[in-house]
Amino acid sequence: MGPRNPAQRRYVLRVAIATAAYLITLAAAVRLVGRGEVTGPLAWLLALLPGLSVAGFFWAIGRLLIEEKDEYLRMLLVRQVLVATAFALSITSVWGFLENFRLVDHVDAYWVAILWFFGLGVGAFVNRLTLGTAGGGCA
Amino acid sequence: MNNRLRVLRAERGWSQGDLAERLQVSRQSVNAIETGRYDPSLPLAFRIAKLFALPVEAIFLSEV
Repeated sequence: MGPRNPAQRRYVLRVAIATAAYLITLAAAVRLVGRGEVTGPLAWLLALLPGLSVAGFFWAIGRLLIEEKDEYLRMLLVRQVLVATAFALSITSVWGFLENFRLVDHVDAYWVAILWFFGLGVGAFVNRLTLGTAGGGCA
Repeated sequence: MNNRLRVLRAERGWSQGDLAERLQVSRQSVNAIETGRYDPSLPLAFRIAKLFALPVEAIFLSEV
């Protein structure tokens, strides 16, 4: 990967902030809510924060799509995001029906996000395979 | 769509990086356009034409 442009540098910074927020709020939620030390509205707030931190990753990718001035890199990123979306939604759709028919165990909903992030890597691979370059943005 | 970008660039002795810098795009963009893997938008096509002081149709060649 070559040197990052300003939009990509801002993306990296935003992802770093979201990652830090996720780790801190998850640790706090596990310690305080998970062990029953906090209940009521504060427990709700603490339990919401890790998920909202993950939403920060999606926001960062959305901003990158808006701020990336290079149209080719933007197209690569759009393709990457579409592959990630198809990847995550296909797997969770299939799993949902298997779960519905009690053929597999229940999986927590946040796995959709994990699969989507993995899908960004798949998208970068597809870009490299079809266009010769993974793109300069995320994953 | 075919184009003469590589030839025009070579005539001026520019690397892909030089051309990318002049167009304010990534080197990957220049490479993708030169190799026909990506057709630029109209605004970028006109910027390329302006840089080489040529009409757009002298750089990008229609296949139809």
